[in-house]
Amino acid sequence: MPIKSSGTTKVWQRRDRNRQVSIWAVQFIAVAIFMYCWQLVSDKTTWFFVLDAPRITVDMVERMIPPKWSYMETLWRPVWDTVAIATLGTLMAVVMAFPIAFLAARNTTPSTAFVRPIALFVIVASRSINSLLWALMLVTILGPGVFAGMLAIGFRSIGFCAKLLYEAIEEIDESQVEAITATGASGPQILNFGIVPQILPAFAGISVFRWDINIRESAVLGLVGAGGIGLQLSASIDTVTWTQVSVILLVILATVIVSEWVSAKIRHSII
Amino acid sequence: MLRLNKLTKQYKTGDLALKDVDLEIPNGQVLALIGPSGAGKSTLIRCVNRLVEPTSGTAHLGEVELTSLSQGQLRKVRRRIGMIFQEYALVERLTVMENVLSGRLGYVSFWRSYFRKFPQSDIDEAFRLLERVGLDHMADKRADELSGGQRQRVGICRALIQNPELLLVDEPTASLDPKTSRQIMRLIRELCQERNLSAIINIHDVLLAQMFAERIVGLQLGEIVYDGPPDGMTPDVLTQIYGEEDWEATIEKVEDEDDEDGAVASVAAD
Amino acid sequence: MSISRIWKRPPFIKSPMLRWGIAVGGAIYLALALGTMEINWGRVADGLPRAERFVSAFFPPDFVSKSGDILDGIYESLWMTVVSTVIGIGLSIPVGLGAARNLAPRPVYLFSRGILALSRTFPEIIIALFAVKIFSFGPFAGIIALSVGTVGFYGKLLAEDIEDMDVVQAEAVKSTGASWFQWLNYAIQPQVMPRMIGLAMYRFDINFRESAVVGIVGAGGIGATLLTSFDRYEYDTSAAILLIIIAIVMAVEYSSGYVRKWVQ
Repeated sequence: MPIKSSGTTKVWQRRDRNRQVSIWAVQFIAVAIFMYCWQLVSDKTTWFFVLDAPRITVDMVERMIPPKWSYMETLWRPVWDTVAIATLGTLMAVVMAFPIAFLAARNTTPSTAFVRPIALFVIVASRSINSLLWALMLVTILGPGVFAGMLAIGFRSIGFCAKLLYEAIEEIDESQVEAITATGASGPQILNFGIVPQILPAFAGISVFRWDINIRESAVLGLVGAGGIGLQLSASIDTVTWTQVSVILLVILATVIVSEWVSAKIRHSII
Repeated sequence: MLRLNKLTKQYKTGDLALKDVDLEIPNGQVLALIGPSGAGKSTLIRCVNRLVEPTSGTAHLGEVELTSLSQGQLRKVRRRIGMIFQEYALVERLTVMENVLSGRLGYVSFWRSYFRKFPQSDIDEAFRLLERVGLDHMADKRADELSGGQRQRVGICRALIQNPELLLVDEPTASLDPKTSRQIMRLIRELCQERNLSAIINIHDVLLAQMFAERIVGLQLGEIVYDGPPDGMTPDVLTQIYGEEDWEATIEKVEDEDDEDGAVASVAAD
Repeated sequence: MSISRIWKRPPFIKSPMLRWGIAVGGAIYLALALGTMEINWGRVADGLPRAERFVSAFFPPDFVSKSGDILDGIYESLWMTVVSTVIGIGLSIPVGLGAARNLAPRPVYLFSRGILALSRTFPEIIIALFAVKIFSFGPFAGIIALSVGTVGFYGKLLAEDIEDMDVVQAEAVKSTGASWFQWLNYAIQPQVMPRMIGLAMYRFDINFRESAVVGIVGAGGIGATLLTSFDRYEYDTSAAILLIIIAIVMAVEYSSGYVRKWVQ
């Protein structure tokens, strides 16, 4: 307790001694870890290049200006592809995340010993592997193209959506479910009338949020050949045509701004 | 009629919520269940429709033994028991109409309920009930747009559209202001009389219990310690149920009761 | 006797034009998007035996033959994560404070919001790409990329949390005559801390996953090893690396629950 008596006076400290010591210990360890890691970074970094960086940056920026606007013509199709990858991938993920979330939520899972751990593992596995890694795998298997990109986005997003969704399911107001059960409704009816209406806003919000993030992620998949504007980016960098690169970056910026605006609008109207 | 026989509930923590409760409720009787918090009132009514599973003992609704039913049979019997909740327990994002119709879920198949294609007779009954409680014009409002008293009335409609034989009412007025509490209790009593419905009403307000119930059962630590008419509620009885307090202020003297009722009736403008 | 009233469930979107517009528009978009997606089914069919080989590579995965490279790579990814999370969060605190409408004067607010927007637009991989060009190959570039990403993510959430705070509590502290920094420490920090610590763990999680990937463009971490194993068809090794990544993410998620409880 933060209050101790010292003779006749009562002394107040913010935390009692044990907690204070443990907090200091944690801070000490954290700083030590950081210093150690920084040392490793330092060892592996050629500091010469780092100091040279400003010069290189200026050089690169000079080469990017002015942007090669004529390149825009070739970019419309990749932008369409990128948005398609994001939209179709998110759609696929959301459809699959819905049942998985119910299997993973403590209050709706059919079996906590068997089904729930599997659902949770699927969720972790799906979201641990970056969409770029999924794309890498899928391109190896299915060949390059938009299809691999869509599946990559889809597989990765299942984990994200299902995790947020099952957390929402676990937080519902149980008394509403109780009331519907008391009328003699069957299991699916209880889901449909008691649970789904409560999580619908969360569900829509999560889907739109993920779509927004996926636009960004889809733009990059082309770096490993999975379609979208990333292909153009990769090509332009390889051929060192910096003026094209700047156009691509601006296009990505514009796409992200539009998608963020759309997603914010939709999420506001759902509440 | 409802018959409880040596109903016992012991929770996993070891708490004995109900101890060998025996109770018999004839058709059409409105019974108020009073007692301090933790006495087992909520547990008792939830054991009747098995939202909480009793540890031992039996419950009979008419001829059917509730405690031995399978899940499928239980669902069918639940249709005959309507339940009204303390915090209304309406599905907030659905409209008033959908909440009332959800009382018919036990009678309708999943796909019909999914597409909201309830039989016309159900819809007629829903409108009739909403008119009866004065919420006819709010049928398409979302439940979370309603006031507390309005929500409770929707909850009542939901329970009644099941066409039940028994009403389980869990602290219907706990979250309501005094005037609305009286309105709701009066409504429940009138509806029970109209339909010859039995009802168990969990209530902590002893005055309301006396005003609107035919029979009062006092529960303390899982056991029935009082079972009798409202005017039998003397300060001694209350001390036994709740503990030492100045009970004179809480209960009505029998002579005042008629005056109260008269006064309230004339003020009532539903 | 009253006429039976018909009831239908009120639709989610009130105006029928908007409703049908969205439905039709959505259908058209889906048709176009699916239609323009060129799937070479022949190639897919060819790929199935490879898919089978890939899946069977998980049973069992090969941790042994490239264990040196794997350990180096994972290790590198881990300390890249630590450094970039710390630096990133450190930098986001001033930026986040500057981006809170109820705290900062207008020009500072706009400037900070600009920084946040820019850091968030481009995925870390693209930043890593450029970082490699500027700082040359190696984990330093990766750390730069991840730190920038962290600033954008964490700074924005910090700013939002500050904007959402209970004004009354802040007013109370201010009325005692506290200095600006004291005010931060007594009014803002306690309100914002719990959620921000949870978010810090979340960002650590994200940074680790990103660090596993930036190696593909040469910015350090296990990504390079993974890419190599794919190129060489050494799927057993790939499977091993993927499983290690999943395991570490699970460990981070698990421990974040404990850290959050400890902080309360």
